[in-house]
Formats: sequence, C-alpha cells, structure tokens
Amino acid sequence: MSVVDRPIASPVSPEADSYPTHHFLNHSKGFLSWALTLDHKRIGLMYLVGVMASFALGGLFALMIRIHLWNFKDGWLSNQTYNQVFTLHGAIMVFLFIIPSVPAALGNFLLPIMLGTKDVAFPRLNLSSFYLWVTGLVLFLTALSVTGLDTGWTFYTPYSIETSQGGAVLAATFGVFVLGFSSIFTGLNFIVTINTMRPPGMTWFRMPLFLWAVYATSIIQVLATPVLGITVLLLSAERLLGIGIFDPKLNGDPVTFQHFFWFYSHPAVYIMILPAMGIISELMSVHCHKGIFGYRMIAYSSIAIALFGFLVWGHHMFTSGMADVTAVVFSALTFTVSIPSAIKVFNWLGTMYQGTVSLNTPMLYALAFIFLFTIGGLTGLPLGALSTDMHFHDTYFVVAHFHYVMMGGTLVAFLGGVFHWWPKMTGRMFNDKLGMVSAIIVFIGFNMTFLPQFVLGSRGMPRRYATYLPEFQPLHQLSTIGSLTLGAGLFLALVVLLLSLVNGKKAPRNPWGGATLEWMCSSPPPHDNFSSAPTVGDPYDFSDIEYDGRVGSYVKRS
Amino acid sequence: MNFILADKVQPYAWFPDGASSFVPQVDFLFTVIMWICVLFFVPIVIAMGYFMWAFRERPGYRGSPEALHNNLIEITWTVVPTIIVVWIFWEGAMGYLDMSRIPKGTIDVNVTAKKWQWAFKYDNGGEHEVAAVEGSVVKELPILVLPVDRDIKMIMRSDDVLHSFYIPAFRAKRDVVPGRYNYLWFHTTKEGTYDLFCTEYCGDNHSQMLAKVKVVSEAEYQKALAKAIQEPEDPLERGKLLYKRQGCSTCHNAGAEGASGPGPSYNGSWGKKVALENGSEVDFDENYVRESILNPQAKARKGYGKASPMNSYAGKLKDEQIDALITFIKSLENTAAAGK
Repeated sequence: MSVVDRPIASPVSPEADSYPTHHFLNHSKGFLSWALTLDHKRIGLMYLVGVMASFALGGLFALMIRIHLWNFKDGWLSNQTYNQVFTLHGAIMVFLFIIPSVPAALGNFLLPIMLGTKDVAFPRLNLSSFYLWVTGLVLFLTALSVTGLDTGWTFYTPYSIETSQGGAVLAATFGVFVLGFSSIFTGLNFIVTINTMRPPGMTWFRMPLFLWAVYATSIIQVLATPVLGITVLLLSAERLLGIGIFDPKLNGDPVTFQHFFWFYSHPAVYIMILPAMGIISELMSVHCHKGIFGYRMIAYSSIAIALFGFLVWGHHMFTSGMADVTAVVFSALTFTVSIPSAIKVFNWLGTMYQGTVSLNTPMLYALAFIFLFTIGGLTGLPLGALSTDMHFHDTYFVVAHFHYVMMGGTLVAFLGGVFHWWPKMTGRMFNDKLGMVSAIIVFIGFNMTFLPQFVLGSRGMPRRYATYLPEFQPLHQLSTIGSLTLGAGLFLALVVLLLSLVNGKKAPRNPWGGATLEWMCSSPPPHDNFSSAPTVGDPYDFSDIEYDGRVGSYVKRS
Repeated sequence: MNFILADKVQPYAWFPDGASSFVPQVDFLFTVIMWICVLFFVPIVIAMGYFMWAFRERPGYRGSPEALHNNLIEITWTVVPTIIVVWIFWEGAMGYLDMSRIPKGTIDVNVTAKKWQWAFKYDNGGEHEVAAVEGSVVKELPILVLPVDRDIKMIMRSDDVLHSFYIPAFRAKRDVVPGRYNYLWFHTTKEGTYDLFCTEYCGDNHSQMLAKVKVVSEAEYQKALAKAIQEPEDPLERGKLLYKRQGCSTCHNAGAEGASGPGPSYNGSWGKKVALENGSEVDFDENYVRESILNPQAKARKGYGKASPMNSYAGKLKDEQIDALITFIKSLENTAAAGK
C-alpha cells in the first residue's frame, strides 16, 4: 500500500465547508446558463435526465410487450403493432439509454473530478456531443413514432430495404448516424482528458478503476462507431440509390450487412458493460472500505475485453451459413472474452474478503450486479459453443442472456452508480431504507422476468414472436408478472431519488468513505471542482479514512 | 433440475425430447455446461452471502485491508476457467462440424421460405400438404412428411427476406438467406410430429410462420410422396388447395367473416368495383386477379399501400394454376357459403 504523499488540496477543515452555500448548481441561474453551459457537471446532469427519460420510455414499451404476451394469441396489440413496439423498445434502450448511460451521464460528471481537473479537455466539444445526442434523439424518436418502424433495432437487410416503412428506416438510421457522432466525440474527449490531464502523482496504475473502464470504453467508441456510421450510410444508399451491396435482388449479400452491423454492435456491447464494471469496482471497494483486490488484473482485463471485443462479432451469425472455419474461429475468439469477465467477478468477491461491508442501497445494487452478471456471463457459454448455439440461436435463451448482461448488468450497475454518486451530484441524501427496498424488488422482479425465459428458449420458443404456442403460456405469464414487479421496483427507485430532492438531508462531503478525488470536494462540488490541482496517492487506500460522527461524514485522518 | 423446472405442461425442464442424431451431442454438451455453471455460480453466491455476513460493518469490528493481491489465487482463477472454456469450445466446434458435414445419399427436400409460409417440395416434384392442427395459433399449417431413420437434406432458399429454419426437437437451425441456397441436414431417429419455427424476424406474421414436421415410417412416407404430386382435376378444388399450399391464406382471408389479414380479403369482392390506393377504382375481375398475382404492387388496394409488400408469383404458377385460383376467388362471390 502506498501512502498519500501529502494532504489533498483543500486545506479547509472538513466541517467548515461540508455544506457549501455556493456550488455548481447555483453558480449561475436561468435556462441559458444550463443550455449553454460548458461545465461538465451540468452536461452530465442533463445527460442523466435525458437517459433516464429514455429509459422510462423504453421500459414502458417493454411492459407493453410483456402484457401483450400474457396470452398465447389475441393479445391487445396487432402483430404489426407488436413488431413496432419491440423495435421501439430495443432501439430506444440500446441507442438512447444503455450506450450513453454510464459514459455520458456519470462519466461526464465524474471523470474530471476524479482526475482533479476543472473540466474535460474540450468543454465545447463536450457540449456539442450533448446537442448531437439531443438531435439524434429527436430524429430517432420522430422516425420511430410517426412512421412505425418495424425492422427491429438491428435493421437487418433485406427486410429494411423492402419494408414499406421506408421513410422510417432512413430517418431512424440518420438518427443513429448522428447519435454515433455524439458517442465518438465523447470518447475522444475522454481519451484526451485521461491522457493529458491526470494530476501529479496519478500514474496510470493509480487511476481509479472507473477511469480505466471509461478509457477502455472510449477507445471502442472512437474505433467502432465509425463503422456503424458507414453501415447506416450504405443502408441508406442501398435504399435510395440501389447500389446492390446488401439487396439480393441486385446481387448483393444480406449477410454482409450483418457483418458490418455487428462489427460495431458487438463492441458496442462492451461500450455498454465496461463502464458498468468500472462502477462496480468503485462501489465494491468503497462500501467494503477496503482496497480493490487485484487492481492490475481488473485494469488489464478492461483493456483485454475492449480488444477481444472487436474480434467476436461473427457469433451473431453462427446460423447464417458462413464457412465452417469462420464459425469455429469466431467461436474460439468468443470464449476469450469470458476469461477477463470471470476474473473481474472473482476480484470483486476478493474485495469483500476481510473488508468492512456496509450494506446500503449502492452496495445492494452492486451485489445484485454480481449475482445477475454472473448468470448472464455463464449462460453465454452454451451460446458461444457452436453445437449448442444451433439450438439456442434466436430463441428466448438469447433474450434472457443479454438481458441478464445488459439489464441485470449495466442497468443495475448504473442504478448503483446513480445512488452512490447522487449525494455528490445533488448535495442531498436519499432515504437509504427505501432505496434498499427498491434494490430488493428490482432484484426479485428481474429474476422472475428473465429466469423463465431461459427455460422458454431451451424449449424452443423463438424470439420476436407476437403469438406463440399455447404450451409456453405459463412461463410467459410468470415472466410478465416479474416484469411488472421489476417496473414497480424501478419506479420506487425513481421516487426515492426524487424525494431526496424535496426532503433529503444535506449530503456531507464523503458520505460513504471513498478515497477517490470526487469525495475530497464538497457535495455538490463547486463550479471549478478544485481550487488547485490536488496531489493524489492510491485511490484505494482507506487506511486513513474514518467516520466522524460530529460531521456525519467520513473524513481523512491527518 | 427436472424436478424443479418441469411444469404441468411439459414433463421436461430444458430441452424438448429429441428426435435427430444431433440430439445426444448437443444435450450432452449443454448438460455439462449447465453443471459447470452450477459449480461456478453456487460457490460465488455462497461466498458473496458469507462475506456479507462475516465481514459486515458492526461496532467493534474493523476489517483488515491486507488481502489485496495473491498471485497464486489470481493465476488459479485465470487458468482453470481457461482450461474449461477451451474444452467447451472444442466440444462445441466438433459437434458443429458433424452437423455441417452433409453425408452422401440424403433425401433432398427443397424448402422455400416466404412471408409468411414454409413451402416444401419433395424430390419427386410433389408439394407439401396443408392440414388442420390442434392447439396452434394458426388453424392450418404446412406439413413436411419425412421418413424415419434416414439422412435428410434441406435445400433452402428465400423468396423475399431472411428467415430461419428451426426444429427444436432436432436441435437444428439454419438461416434461409435470399440470393443463395443454404443447406441443413439431419438424421431422423424417432417417429412423431414436431414443431418447425421461423426464427429470423421477417415482418408482420413472423410468429405465425410455422409448420409441422411429421416423421413417419418408410411406407407412409412413400404414400405421402405419391399424394403430394397430385393436384385435383376440378378447378375449384385445385384453387382451394393452391390457396393454402402457395401461402395465399397466410395473408388473404377467404372466410365468411371477411376479416382482413396483412393483405386484403378475397371475400365478396368478385365482380365489384374496388377502390385503389391511388384513388381510382378497378373492376375486380380475371384480369385484376391475374395482374395482382403476377405483379402485386401494380394496383394496390386502398388501405394497403403501407402493407408489407407481396412477392410476385410470376414464373412460380402455371397458367392453369392461376385459372384455378381465379375460379376459387370467383366462388367467393356469394360470400357466406364459402368456407375457409
């Protein structure tokens, strides 16, 4: 364990400015002070509101799907409407919620503070990312709601070329194109910031693991997203000009589109999960009040996942009839990703060992993450193995698998992160008991929703079905009950957060006992974060951080 | 595991009872993977629960921050999973290669997938039967009849978009891609009737693109083959058969109630003027029906401009077959009498 070289920047005693009267939230007032702000914290908060609204919308569509599937036929939606609804659900969740959730919302808020700097490297670029995101959102939602896009979020050709909802495909893909630029700019900004603006003392291996994860994510965003842009441009060109690359009627190959699409969209899965893993690394160590176990392995595994993640896209096409050699190679590469993911889980458990485990809302979400992500990861094994995948491909088994990873993983980690940093972002403490109740309901509801889907899938229930065989009905109904429970839990989480703004206690500087830099400035942080660049030591050295009952906060023992 | 998961509907927990030669390998691998998952998952959860309890924050207890790194443990939990996944990969890849190596001397079936029906053509040129099925969303489904204990090869193409041919009981799946032939083979091992699904999203009635596979004895198979090449002499009967066999019935209703599917109903239109999407009207007569079969988008009915486009049947139907279909549609003039 290294020792902190000298006390962190602000020399004022913790009691004196624990509850600042002047901070970034009231630094300036008025609509324009937010709309034109260059402050990464305000941009982060605006993203947070945006992604949470998107999530609520996508979640409503999910409930519509589950309610429709209560009966095996004659649900309350027509087949066509059902197809539009699952397209809306998938597209909104992927492009508007999961991809920007952690990096753009929490990443924007935290990255500069964790680095002890005033802002990201390019604040104007950061604001433009936000507006690109808003533009993409408007285009995308207009396309989806006005015209009735029904291609699924994957836009597979030739369906997307010949569907009569042609205008919708063009508008939605243009929306995706714009959203892609937002993602690229954010990634670029973070890479430059982390490379050039680390404070004295923060070597690469003294960086908080959240930053490692965001850094790995940013690399994927910058390298993979352009391919998505190319893909949707080619799709538009095919649709408008008939260039004959994807359309079999013009001698194109529809499977080529899948290769293009998944060359982005599989790495995008790691854009979704890596930052969530970063959050969990922070949460586990802070709430166990113990340094992270195997810091270097976690850091390296983030990078390994980012690199291997580029090489496995072919497993989305195992049944498409590609050459045997290709399938076998992609299967082998797919398994390489499982190892770094497993290492992380073991390390998080190792972090708990001999720690001092505080059970509170963020920690419960983190523990739920480990449980759910482990299931999500393990059920990837029969999908990565070729012969078993022939049975599971495009069934509910896959649906359950990726919901365990994306929702049980990323969403639950995101919620844990929001609860963890909420006092820092808003200056208010939430009702921890109610928060824990929300975590428990989410956990139960989630498992009740998606565990039955594994069974459904292995019994042969295909995905994207508006009607199904009667023998699947009991499990579908169980899943629907689970989804309503899950919805209630998530709603409670939202209520807990919003209530804190009304009647929450003022948050102290360091309510959980974190050792990274964001806990060294006030809650909420001042406009400039730090008056002078702080010097930092080990981000996971908790030996001199103790709870001080007089200020109701953890303080650094000097 | 069966004890917990099998419910009152199905006697099995995970996989449906198998009926092809792929079943042993796939089921074996899945079972092993399941147990590997259990062997990882259960200790992880137990450790998590135990650590939550044993190291919980409480007065007078302070954890020790020493355990931060242990080379032996870290190497172990990297190497052991690596060995395990290498084995899973190997087993999966070998099984897959067996699945994709098509043996000689197979019985070939031509499969055509289109929105939203499977069409099967046997190697004697006969086509599949459509029959009523119990307990399905769709009342009548195409029936693919296959002999038991033989190697069967599916030669599959698509008329329109991507589809995927999936028989859970055979553990067999392959996408059907327009613009090329995709192959799938299996060896049938057990007589019975099995579900066939489309598992690649293909539009409005994707979930109703179903069929049944009937695996029968060699003798029954030969009988079915002989029946498959026949089309009735009587034009009306022939039209009725084609209406189902060619998949018209998946979109166009011909029932008495006149309800519409993804395409306009045939019911009660004959001889009348019908409104078109472009605002004009057209006589619903032989020429209109013929044109609509060969060039479906030429005169779209009002309200169907945004419907999923129908494929052209040019080159797929003979003139006499079109005549038979016209006879059938004509018979729906006085609607109530015409059953579906």
